Formats: sequence, structure tokens, C-alpha cells
Amino acid sequence: MSDALYHDAILALAKDRRHAGRLDAPTHSHTSDNPLCGDRVTIDIERASDGTVRRIGHFVRGCVLCQAAAAALAASVEGRGPAAFAAAESALARVLAGQNDPENGVWAAFLPVARHTSRLDCVRLPLVAAKPVFEA
Amino acid sequence: MTQALRSQFPILTPSLAYLDSAATAQMPLAVLDAVRAFETSSRANVKRGVHRLAEAATDAYAAARSDVAAYLGVPPSEIVFTSGCTAALNLVAHSFGALMKPGDAVLLSALEHHSNLVPWQMLAARSGIELRFLDVDAEGRIDLSALETKLDARVKLVSLAHVSNVTGSVLDVASVVATAAKVGARVLLDGAQRAPHGPLDLKTLGVDFYAFGGHKVFAPHGVGVLWARRELLDAMPPFLGGGEMIAQVELAHSTWAAAPAKFEAGTPPIGAAIGLGAACRWLGTLPWAEIAATEARLCQRLLDGLAATPGVRVLGPQSLQARAPVVSFALEGTHPHDICQIMDSAGVALRGGHHCAQPLHKRFDLAGTTRASLALYSDDSDIDAFFAGLSKVRKILL
Repeated sequence: MSDALYHDAILALAKDRRHAGRLDAPTHSHTSDNPLCGDRVTIDIERASDGTVRRIGHFVRGCVLCQAAAAALAASVEGRGPAAFAAAESALARVLAGQNDPENGVWAAFLPVARHTSRLDCVRLPLVAAKPVFEA
Repeated sequence: MTQALRSQFPILTPSLAYLDSAATAQMPLAVLDAVRAFETSSRANVKRGVHRLAEAATDAYAAARSDVAAYLGVPPSEIVFTSGCTAALNLVAHSFGALMKPGDAVLLSALEHHSNLVPWQMLAARSGIELRFLDVDAEGRIDLSALETKLDARVKLVSLAHVSNVTGSVLDVASVVATAAKVGARVLLDGAQRAPHGPLDLKTLGVDFYAFGGHKVFAPHGVGVLWARRELLDAMPPFLGGGEMIAQVELAHSTWAAAPAKFEAGTPPIGAAIGLGAACRWLGTLPWAEIAATEARLCQRLLDGLAATPGVRVLGPQSLQARAPVVSFALEGTHPHDICQIMDSAGVALRGGHHCAQPLHKRFDLAGTTRASLALYSDDSDIDAFFAGLSKVRKILL
């Protein structure tokens, strides 16, 4: 049932404001929209010359799931190298396919979303916005 | 009365509060039975074969057109079956648009559904047509105070929603028709949200075009209606080509069948049209004064309850005057999709998002709203479930 989506871990992620808001001087930035609902996510990062993400900021106009995914993304990549984003993408793909895997980490909280086709893009949007940033 | 109506909709079980009829209304047995009867006894293509199934299908398709026409008070020859309301609006934008010249203008409003914006934007881009817009007032009504100043001889068409799919506001059609007539502009109404709420007398409305979709008037998906005055159908070139829309085809050129066939290229949505005909026959038998009173009372319950809920902002008229039972709202600190998801767990079906009206939401500085929409089968149990669900939303999200 829908209630399962709004469990404590998801709500806690959505309320995690540590990386909420734009960075003052990002090295890379990108915004993506979900045309179906009008939600919008902007991802800013400040990247070191060795590819490490020094800081990440997200600005989310979206639902609880979208906000939670943005927080999970920030937690997954800050202070880490470029491989961390690819790992986050893989983990989310597994989770949204309903695969419970020890490597899912923070993304495991999103497992209940796998049963709600109409909400998959809510969770994906922060990573869609982040992808050009990490591929730049 | 409502229980008797509700019992005709097999999908409406006691555990479901279906408040998303503005997106798709449910189908009564009269429609389901008509579609099943056609598909199991008369299924064939129309206007092509001479075998008995083809004859039966052709007759049933023609009868459906007559049923729709009778419900709307117009001749069957003025009814064009389309694939939906969007297709009907696109047809007018293409075919009436083909009669316009660069510098001509179309007047729209800021509350239109994307289906009554995008086709005109496409026409403007390819044909040099100017688009003009009426604003929306604080209550979510089209502001007609600027109507006279927006209209001049260059405006060939005024295309507006009869009822807003977001705010529920009902257009003052008489004012629009009278003012448009002063400059010779034609009037098209997007009737998608008006058609489900009672009979329409199109001739009395005085408009030139009327469009709506079948699935919003208790009929199947995949069929819609464009009504237009005969002289306009005759003057307009076809939209799509092929199938039975022709009179004669040569290798390099063709001539067209008379309307409405001219606008029905390819195999039409036959079963869906027969369902729509059945829906119109059924709608024509209903006690509309009672239904309207019930819809209004339930709408008032929604408005009153939302007004008493902290943090709620209703996007639309607060009174029932010139208002259809479509109620959109924002709850501060929440997102419409989260509201709808939790409401679903309480057995309440709502719609969340921009409702294909992004400019309207931008006008009110909102990305989206949550919409509860009523239909002739709505009852108090739906409203009770709505407010129980809203309490649950507030408990989880706030």
C-alpha cells in the first residue's frame, strides 16, 4: 500500500537539509524537470581537480520522494570520487527493480517505490539532474 | 437517487472514493453493455464492407452519431468523431487555422488546458498567427474585463475553456459570444469539463465550435467530439488524409468527402463511438436538476471543509456561483503527489500535479495542486473519505 512509501527512513531523508540549497560558486550545475508533474531539481557541485566532489547542493521543487532522493544522492557522493555517482546510479536501478542488495546502502530506503510505477521518476529526477554534472 | 445511479457503475465499490472524474469518468452498465454488444455481435469496419457485420457496424456507428447529436441538439452531419478532445482542438487549429492568414489572431486565456494552448502555439509558429491571452482573476476565472480591448478585426477565433479543469470556474459564454460577434470572431469552447455535468444545447450557446472527450462523459477512452457549424465544416480543409475521407483519389491529387466524413480519416474509433452514443442516450434520461443539486451540495462540503483546514489554499472560486464541482487546492508544506499517494492508501482517488495547466499554476505561483473532482455518482461517503484521508496526510507529512 501507499503508506509503505512514507516510512521513517524516507521521511528522515526528506527532512535532511544538510545539502539543501544552491552552492555559492559551483564548478558544475544542472537543472532537470519532470514534465509530467512540473517538479524541478537543480544539482550544484564543487569539484576538485582530482574529481572528488568537495561539496554538493540541491534545490528541489518536488515531492517527499524527490527530496529524499536528492539527500541520498548528496550523502552518496560528497567527499568521494567520480565512481561514487555511478555506484549511486547502479544502486538506485537495483532498488527500483525491487532488488534487495547489501550494496544498496542508503538507497535501500526506496525499495517500496519499486511497486509504484508512477513514482519511479520522482526518485530518479535528482540523478537525472546530476548526471550531466558528473559527466562534465 | 445517487445510490441508484452509483449502482450502475460496477467499478465503484464501497472501498473506493473516486474523486478523479475530471481526469476520467467511470462507465455505467449501459455503456459497458453497448460496447460489449457491438464487439461481440457487430464488430467490423465501417463504410467499407457489404457483409452483414460490416452493415451492422456501419449502422451502429451512424446511430451513435445521431445519439450524440440529439443529446447536443444539433444535426448529426455536424458531429465529427475524433480520438478525443485534444484531437478535436488540434483539428480546429489545423483546419480552421488553414483559413487564417499571417497577422490574424487567436484569443486564448491563461487558464487553458495545454490542449487548448499548444495546438495554437504550433499554428502560430508555422503560419504567423498572433496569439493573444486573457488573464485570470484572483478567483481563477477568465478575466473578461479586457475582452473588448483584446478583440479587433484581426481576431478570427476566441478559443476558451467552458469550465476550467483546475479552478472549476464556468465561463460567461453569452458575454464572450456577444463580444466576439462585434468583430466577427468565431468562438470555440473546450467543453471537456462542462460536458459531464448535464445536457448542452449548443445552438442556444451560440458558439461556433464545441469539443469534448468521450472518457469524461462516462464513455470509453479513444473517442471525442468536435461539433462545428455546417458552413465551417464545409469551408475547412481536412486535417488528416486517408481512408473514407475522400471523394476521389488520383495519383497526384484528391477531392474530399462531405463533412463529417472529410474529418474522419482512417478507421474511426468505432466501438468507443458506439459507447459514446450509449452514454449520451443514458445521460439524456437522467434527472439533471437533482444531480446538479447533489453535485453543488457536495462541492460546498469540499469547499467548506478545505476552508476550515489550516494551510489550505483553494485555487478557484469560493462560492458555487458559476462553478463546476472541480476543486483544486494546495496544502502548505506538502506536495500534491505525496497527498495523492497517501489519499490512495485511504481509498481516495485524486489527481495531483499541474493538470496540464502549467501557465495557470505559474500565474498563482504554484508548481501543482491536488484536485478532487465530482461526478453524478459522487456521494457523501466520498467526501467523508476525502477528509479522513486529508487528516491522514497531515499526520504523516506535517
